[in-house]
Amino acid sequence: MSRPAHRRPEYHKINKDLFVLTYGALVAQLCKDYEKDEDVNKYLDKMGYGIGTRLVEDFLARSCVRRCHSYSEITDIIAQVAFKMYLGITPSVTCNNSSRTEFSLILDKNPLVEFVEELPAGRSSLSYCNLLCGIIRGALEMVHLAADVTFLQDRLKGDRVTEIGITFLRKLDEKKYRRKK
Amino acid sequence: MADAALFEFLHTEMVAELGAHHSDPGPGGQKMSLSVLEGMGFRVGQALGERLPQETLAFREELDILKFLCRDLWVAVFQKQMDSLRTNHQGTYVLQDNSFPLLIRMASGLQYLEEAPKFLAFTCGLLRGTLCILGIKSLVTASVASLPTCKFQVVIQKT
Repeated sequence: MSRPAHRRPEYHKINKDLFVLTYGALVAQLCKDYEKDEDVNKYLDKMGYGIGTRLVEDFLARSCVRRCHSYSEITDIIAQVAFKMYLGITPSVTCNNSSRTEFSLILDKNPLVEFVEELPAGRSSLSYCNLLCGIIRGALEMVHLAADVTFLQDRLKGDRVTEIGITFLRKLDEKKYRRKK
Repeated sequence: MADAALFEFLHTEMVAELGAHHSDPGPGGQKMSLSVLEGMGFRVGQALGERLPQETLAFREELDILKFLCRDLWVAVFQKQMDSLRTNHQGTYVLQDNSFPLLIRMASGLQYLEEAPKFLAFTCGLLRGTLCILGIKSLVTASVASLPTCKFQVVIQKT
C-alpha cells in the first residue's frame, strides 16, 4: 500500500460517517421505544445534556478559549469554534433581542442529516437533531450559564433553514452584582 | 475535526442510557439492553460496510477479510490496528485489542469488569454488520479479562 490506511480519504470518511450513522441508529431505536415525538425529542435532549456536560471539558482542553465577557461572545465561540471543531460547520449567528440574551444559530449545512432525506412517516414533530440542543445546554450549564436551547426552524420539517435558538436566562451584569456581595 | 471524540461521547451516553432504560432488575433485562446496543452496532456496521472502497469487496479468502477488519476497518474506526488475530482455521477467530479505545476511559485493571460488556456490545454488532455486508454470517462476542484489553470472538456461521 502506498499510503497508511488511516490517511486514505475513504477511511477518513468512514470515521466521519461513524458518528452520523450511529446517531441515526439511535434516533431509529428511540422511535421504536417511544410512540410520541415529544418523548423522543425529550430523550434526545436529555442524552445531549449528558454529553454536553462532559464534552465541555474536552472542548476547553482543545481550544484554549479566553474568558468571555458577553453572551454574544459565547455564542460566537459556540458557532465558530465548537461547531467547527466537532461537526466541521460554522453556523451563522444572529442576535434576536436588544438586551442581547437571545441568539440564533443558522445552520446552512448539517452533517447529522447527511443520510436523512425526510422525517420518517408519522414523525412530523420529531426534532431529529435535538441532541445538539441538549449538548449546548449541558455544556453551558457546566460553565455556570443557564440557557434554553431549542430548534426554532428545521429544514427536515419543511422550513427554509435550520435554526437553533439559544436564550440565556440571566443577565450577565446580574451575576456580577451577586458576586460583589 | 474531532470526530472520534464525538462518537466516543455518544457511545458512552448510549451505554449509560440504553443500559438503564431497557433494564429490569433481572439478568433478562441486562441481556435485552446489550442486544439493543448490539443491534444498533449491527446496523451501523452494515452501513459502514456499504461505504468501503470497491477493492475490499474482492476478497477471496475468509482470512483476508478478517485481516482487513483488524487492520483497515479498525484503523478507520478506532485510529489503531487490532493487536493480534488468532484462528483455529476452522471458522473461529479471536481478535485482541490491548488498549481498546472505548474501554480506555474506564480505570485499568479489574475494578469495572462487570460494566465492560456494555461497552463492547455495540462494537460486536459493528463487526457482525460489516462481515454481513462482506458476505459472511457470523456470531460475535467479546470478553474482557483485564481492562483495557479485550478479545472479540468471531465464529463464522456456515449456512
